[in-house]
Amino acid sequence: MTASVVVTGLGVVAPNGLGAKDYWSATRVGKSGIGPLTRFDASPYPAKLAGEIDGFVAEEHLPSRLMPQTDQVTRLSLVAADWALADAGVNPAELPAFDMGVITASSAGGFEFSQNELKSLWSKGGEYVSAYQSFAWFYAVNTGQISIRNGMKGPSGVVVTDQAGGLDAVAQARRQIRKGTSLVVAGAVDALLCSWGWVGLHTSGRLSTEQDPARAYLPFDDRAAGHVPGEGGALLILESADSARARGAKVYGEIAGYAATFDGREPGLRKAVELALADAGMVPSDVDVVFADGAAEPELDRIEAQALVEVFGERGVPVTAPKTMTGRLYAGAAALDLATAFLAMEAGLIPATAHTEPADRYGLDLVVSQPRTADVRTALVIARGHGGFNSAMLVRS
Amino acid sequence: MSQATFTLDDLKRILLEGSGAPEGGGLDGDSLDTEFSDIGYDSLALLETASRIEREYGIELDESVMGEATTPRVFIDAVIGHLAVPAA
Repeated sequence: MTASVVVTGLGVVAPNGLGAKDYWSATRVGKSGIGPLTRFDASPYPAKLAGEIDGFVAEEHLPSRLMPQTDQVTRLSLVAADWALADAGVNPAELPAFDMGVITASSAGGFEFSQNELKSLWSKGGEYVSAYQSFAWFYAVNTGQISIRNGMKGPSGVVVTDQAGGLDAVAQARRQIRKGTSLVVAGAVDALLCSWGWVGLHTSGRLSTEQDPARAYLPFDDRAAGHVPGEGGALLILESADSARARGAKVYGEIAGYAATFDGREPGLRKAVELALADAGMVPSDVDVVFADGAAEPELDRIEAQALVEVFGERGVPVTAPKTMTGRLYAGAAALDLATAFLAMEAGLIPATAHTEPADRYGLDLVVSQPRTADVRTALVIARGHGGFNSAMLVRS
Repeated sequence: MSQATFTLDDLKRILLEGSGAPEGGGLDGDSLDTEFSDIGYDSLALLETASRIEREYGIELDESVMGEATTPRVFIDAVIGHLAVPAA
């Protein structure tokens, strides 16, 4: 039940870098992927900035047969999974199908695909709706297509808890590995930068309407006024430590602890962090860096800062939010933060929170302006999903 | 309205438009009697193809075409059979 679960591969698709190497090169020097929306005409909408992935040509990576049946989010997911498997040195064709699973999180499914089919439905008629609409929009579609492409028939699923999902999926994968599955592809990629998705995002009331990319997404700043949405995320290869060792795999580190809570009368975030520490058998002083959720809403920032101060003490641990360089990627964000935590441990470097000038009243040691050299052995990743989801995960080198 | 013929080229074109090319070749003259599933097209690809043929040729294919026409030859013959039937 307590078998160690490790990460052996990373597949990253982010607005500021395609592939873990490019993403880390950009992130470590503070290069942002946020800019004016170009995917469609955003001029009629209050929010006009996004973290778009540029230069991703799906046809260069995936067979033609998959194009008519996939949304952008599934294409990104399939490629991220391919890259993660390659990074782990795993050839799925050589492994027993039922020993491999796929568990992803999703907050939106294939929005743009659906938008196009709805357009056909209303302008031309039901007979013009693609048969592939039956699954291409669906939350579980990324899991399904990764499973089919790689012949992975073991325990699989999808979790839908907004940004917390990126951690919840990895936690679910850890449970399955502890039950005996050798390898699970886990994490999340989200992408909904189409006009229909954009309208939906506005209903949260949490989008920044600032038009200057350097002032639009400022968690823990007195000027914080919402977030910039982005697309992308990360998929990770999880294995039992024993099986990773047996095949001589490179190991990024361990999924050491996890907990999830739900907000009730009181915010549940602090409890999630405490339970994750207990799950890992750690104390707060073991933690070298916190990857914050960083909502950039004054009340949500206050709750997060308060939880961190209560657990770690005032300015008791370095905190960073590199998602200021990508925008919030919803379920993809937390998975990307996990990948970033492993890259930070490898490099001994905490990437900075871009653009933010932290308000003193929060009492955080926020890493800003420049990345900070540090011996990072343990990282805490926090993710909150819209509606009250809190998840916390500890990773250890 | 209806066109009189339906050939392997028509089937190939519509499959490609609606469902893309499977890895490892796809449809050619030699695969007329190969099961669609062995060519790389699943039941959903055939559903999409049938729907596109119905739109383009102004016909309605029986449900049975989907279940029974598991090879290109049988599928093409079934479509031709519908083309020959005058509109009711």
